Amino acid sequence: MPIITYREALNQALREEMSRDDRVFIMGEEVGVYNGAYKVSKGLLEEFGENRVVDSPIAELGFSGIGVGAAMAGLRPVIEFMTWNFALLAIDQVVNSAAKMLYMSGGQFNVPIVFRGPNGAALQLGAQHSQAFESWLAHIPGIKVVSPGTPYDAKGLLKSAIRDDNPVVFLEGEMLYNTKGEVPEAEYLIPLGKADVKREGSDCSIITSGKMALVAVQVADQLAKEDIHVDVVDLLTIRPMDVEAIYASVRKTQRAVVLEEGWELCGIGAQVVDFIQRECFDDLDAPVLRVHQADVPMPYAKGLEKIAKPDAAKTIAAIKQVMYRA
Amino acid sequence: MASKKKPDPRRDSQSLRVAGDPALDRELLHSMLLQRRFEEKVGEAYALGKVGGFCHLYIGQEAVSTGIIAQLRPDDYVIGTYRDHGQALVRGITPRAVMAELFGRIDGCSRGKGGSMHMFDRHTNFLGGHGIVGSHVPVAAGVGFAIKYRGGDQVCVCFMGDSVVNIGAFHEALNMAALWKLPVLFVIENNRYGMGTSVERAAAVDDLSRRADGYKGMDGVVIDGMDVHAVRTATEAAIARARTESLPSLLEVRTYRFRGHSMSDAVSGTYRPKEELDEYQTMDPIFSLRDAMVIAGTLTVAEWDAMEHEVAATVQDAWDFADASPEPPPAALYEDVLVDTTS
Repeated sequence: MPIITYREALNQALREEMSRDDRVFIMGEEVGVYNGAYKVSKGLLEEFGENRVVDSPIAELGFSGIGVGAAMAGLRPVIEFMTWNFALLAIDQVVNSAAKMLYMSGGQFNVPIVFRGPNGAALQLGAQHSQAFESWLAHIPGIKVVSPGTPYDAKGLLKSAIRDDNPVVFLEGEMLYNTKGEVPEAEYLIPLGKADVKREGSDCSIITSGKMALVAVQVADQLAKEDIHVDVVDLLTIRPMDVEAIYASVRKTQRAVVLEEGWELCGIGAQVVDFIQRECFDDLDAPVLRVHQADVPMPYAKGLEKIAKPDAAKTIAAIKQVMYRA
Repeated sequence: MASKKKPDPRRDSQSLRVAGDPALDRELLHSMLLQRRFEEKVGEAYALGKVGGFCHLYIGQEAVSTGIIAQLRPDDYVIGTYRDHGQALVRGITPRAVMAELFGRIDGCSRGKGGSMHMFDRHTNFLGGHGIVGSHVPVAAGVGFAIKYRGGDQVCVCFMGDSVVNIGAFHEALNMAALWKLPVLFVIENNRYGMGTSVERAAAVDDLSRRADGYKGMDGVVIDGMDVHAVRTATEAAIARARTESLPSLLEVRTYRFRGHSMSDAVSGTYRPKEELDEYQTMDPIFSLRDAMVIAGTLTVAEWDAMEHEVAATVQDAWDFADASPEPPPAALYEDVLVDTTS
């Protein structure tokens, strides 16, 4: 099976879906002539032309609204945000337009649009460029929120996101673009709303998604050497959340750690813990712990940034704590 | 504080309000009168608690919707703001469906889920009343983008209030519409106040049509919005430009609302003197056309009375229909959040 980067996987998904459906177009800053700020759209302008690979001015609110309007009129836009930090300028279109249109029109106008781009911290980019917005976005009914961690997942999920008749928020990771993984040559789709168990184990569950899924796998592999077997539930889609996969895992392991890139308060982990306490209360042998970013804006200094981020060491410590092995 | 410093077509062209083609005039008069009597009825319904939430009446501005929407094709698109009842009616959503929506009933054009600010209708390409100032302007540009993408010759008409010119989305949308030559008519309904703040107190350039100068190839036009013929004539050219050359226009239609911003504020209020309101009411778009037709001999008093009666019956029928329509069932709560399809 070919081994390709996360970036190439996304590029393949875009290319395949644009070839399949001529209503699909990509719009955003530097997606065309520049070949994409992170090269996700590399080669697409050449292949599909400037009508379908549209370089926009730096105007997130404007071009995301153009995407919504185009979707209402029957097209299937893929709107690229250079990063989700910039998407805050466009959040009105995501929350007030895309997410609400079907409901407030009484089911008449769906908005088949994908808003995609890198989310979360990279390396030393400072406070304004290092934020994970999963919980902000997952709070909103009317949209789906997807957060793939591997090239395989990224490709299969992006293809499904583009075909979905709803607005889909697609969170990538700047640190993921160069990561590699196996991606089959034959076409495949991964359904939205289904989690994937990345490692099977019976001692403790890690519930996670996106870039943190890679950390969780690393943790599982490392702890296996200590004879601690971790079940890694990669949510893949945060809204709608595959709660059954969470329950199945926790009922098996009876212990859980929720690992996320964002902040603690009102984070994804808070919701996951709530689901677990409601449905798996009698299954639990220990309180569920959470691993997340420190409750501060991201510092620039290398050492401070490292200790602000959730990582394998913090996750291992949490697992050992819920197993009373600390 | 009526500003007298600039020429205002609302004041200058009164003598021009003459009747044209009798059949067309009658149609225009009817369209405006329906909106007027409908909105008056909505005001009553609001007072009785049959309409809830925020409710913004269109009274005084009817020449704008009638002058523009009545000359569109069925496959064109219309999108607007929360002051959307009049436009919805002119576009062809039935008075029954609009009233039922206002009453929050299942037979409303948005199945009772939108309300006053969110009229939608797929059959007439009415893409909604939108409740966030400026938010729908890029959406309109996107509709224009889709038209051009498919090589169609439809146009999209985007109605907005005068306060929109000061919000960022307006600039972003007009810039891209001009840059990419999108077939959109951006129609500013300048009723002189964004809620209670006058244009002069909000806009550094208060000659709003001049905003078009910032966008290459975009025409900026000032139109007397109290004269339905003036609106029609000016819009005809803009529609043609959009349809045949795929070019956007910025139309500043100077109008006036005869009621408060919404239902919670007084008709004149602290922000505009009663004399100003009185003055604009002498330019009432409906009665000036009626009077011109009577003078021209194309409308008799009896015909006018008959039109009033017919419109009153239509509006009462809409009320009765809405009142009898059921509320959405509890099961509707979780419907229409997402569609269960892919394509």
